[in-house]
Amino acid sequence: MAETTLRLPVAAVALRPAPRTGALAEAFAGWTLAAPAIVLMWLMLLGPVVAVIVLSLTDWTLGAPAFRWIGLDNYLALTKDRVFWISLQNTLAYVAFTVPLSVFGGLALAMLVESASSLRGLYRTLLFLPVTSTLIAMALVFQFAFHPTVGLVNQALGAVGLPTTDWLKNPSTALYALGVIGIWQAIGLNMVLFLAGLKSIPRDLYEASAVDGADGAWERFRRVTWPMLGPSLLFVVTITAIRALQVFDTVQVLTDGGPNKATSVLLYQMYQEGFSFLRTAYAAALTCVFLGMVLLLTWMQTQLMEKKTHYG
Amino acid sequence: MLGMAVFFSVAPFVLMVAISLKPPGEVFSPQFTLLPQQWHAVENYTLAFTKQPLLRFILNGLFVTACIFAAQALVALPCAYALAKLRWSGRNITFVFVLLGLLVPTQVAALPLYIGLWKLGLLDTYAAIILPSTISVFGIFLMRQYFMTVPDDLISAARLDGLGEFAIVWRIMLPTAMPALVAFGMLSFVWNWNDYFWPLLVIQTETLATPPLGVVFFNNAEAGTNYGALMAAATAVTAPLVLAFLFAQRWFIDGVTMSAVK
Repeated sequence: MAETTLRLPVAAVALRPAPRTGALAEAFAGWTLAAPAIVLMWLMLLGPVVAVIVLSLTDWTLGAPAFRWIGLDNYLALTKDRVFWISLQNTLAYVAFTVPLSVFGGLALAMLVESASSLRGLYRTLLFLPVTSTLIAMALVFQFAFHPTVGLVNQALGAVGLPTTDWLKNPSTALYALGVIGIWQAIGLNMVLFLAGLKSIPRDLYEASAVDGADGAWERFRRVTWPMLGPSLLFVVTITAIRALQVFDTVQVLTDGGPNKATSVLLYQMYQEGFSFLRTAYAAALTCVFLGMVLLLTWMQTQLMEKKTHYG
Repeated sequence: MLGMAVFFSVAPFVLMVAISLKPPGEVFSPQFTLLPQQWHAVENYTLAFTKQPLLRFILNGLFVTACIFAAQALVALPCAYALAKLRWSGRNITFVFVLLGLLVPTQVAALPLYIGLWKLGLLDTYAAIILPSTISVFGIFLMRQYFMTVPDDLISAARLDGLGEFAIVWRIMLPTAMPALVAFGMLSFVWNWNDYFWPLLVIQTETLATPPLGVVFFNNAEAGTNYGALMAAATAVTAPLVLAFLFAQRWFIDGVTMSAVK
């Protein structure tokens, strides 16, 4: 490799740092090692995102030979689409139902496991198990459990005199029945994340608060645990909410968006529009709305994080 | 309290296995019993494996997840090293793109990817399932964080020994980052085994189905009548994951925790 040396006045040469002979080789290595990843990232992930946004501005349907640019017409059509508003509402209701329960359930479990005197590992394993399971398979198990007559849920409820219904076929309960499945799978993950967060709280803080006279379990929680868990809590809420926004599997397999669109959610509508009705550009607009919501959640998280660090 | 939580956590699994052991008559009996009066396990599992190519679905799952993870590792590790330890002009902007990639849910890319594969005639093939997942921005991010903790002297020493950068990735960085790689592998395995959305879109042929899709094919074929056999299929599909998890729980949980500590 050629090395170029410049003839400069001695003083200037003394002030300049010696050129790194390996710099070019290092840059070359950097680019070539990262190249496959960069190419694939644009081909499979970032490129398609741009493509979806562009697609949503056309009227293309799959297989059509030509298309026109129609600007924001798809989005205008969305605002007039009754099913879109139902899907949006259902998705938000699903998120509002599952997120608090999954997050605080996970926190409660983490604290219970943390304070267990023995068998902590076993509890953690058994509680995390649902996270690894195949949702489709477990959804079918839940379908059986929710069965109006032979299902376990109604048998148990009936035994103690509580009201029963056909959970998955009743329009007012179907979405929440799916929500239960979602919570079941998410809670173990949140527990593990909170366990990590709890571990990072310095023990001295609890001792200090005890010295101050606040030694009861509730006091310790209120004064030390809860404030220190701030970042963890924010993180867990955000990822749980994003995952809840992505709900699809249970809807597609158990209820097909029904009964009467009661369980139609954003991604399910996108799937129908794009792959059943082949209204590709319209589905792209739906995808962009979905993406927008996810990005909004992430942005909110970063904003709240900023606020917290300014205080801390 | 904890006991109750564990009960609810484990109950569906137990229920799944219990039903898979029962004959049709007992599945719908008004009185629920844990163990069957009449063991129908052999019939249910045999039906599950013969009515639909269940074994094929499981093998597809293993094949697809193995191919995906191999590709992910091959692509992500060098890139993570380049981002963590090398100086090159594209470094910062590439990392920004990795972060952007992390923000985007995979379903957003579905429509264009589908169209692209359709144009290439690759729909309904293994390639269709595997290709989009070959890039794992999560993997790049995780490995980069880990690589950054590797001491620079180790790398300088390797360079003095005459090792090229490519060799450094595989012979120096990889061994030190094994825990992170294993965790990444576990998460990749579970995530891709369980993925339903994408295979649903691109696969029509039964013989190419991954486990979740296979179970749904089975469900559709049975028209919801033979629950025992369906549960047998569900058990067969869930078992590899549960076994893998029980075997390697430390790594699973570490992987999840590591990815959270951003």
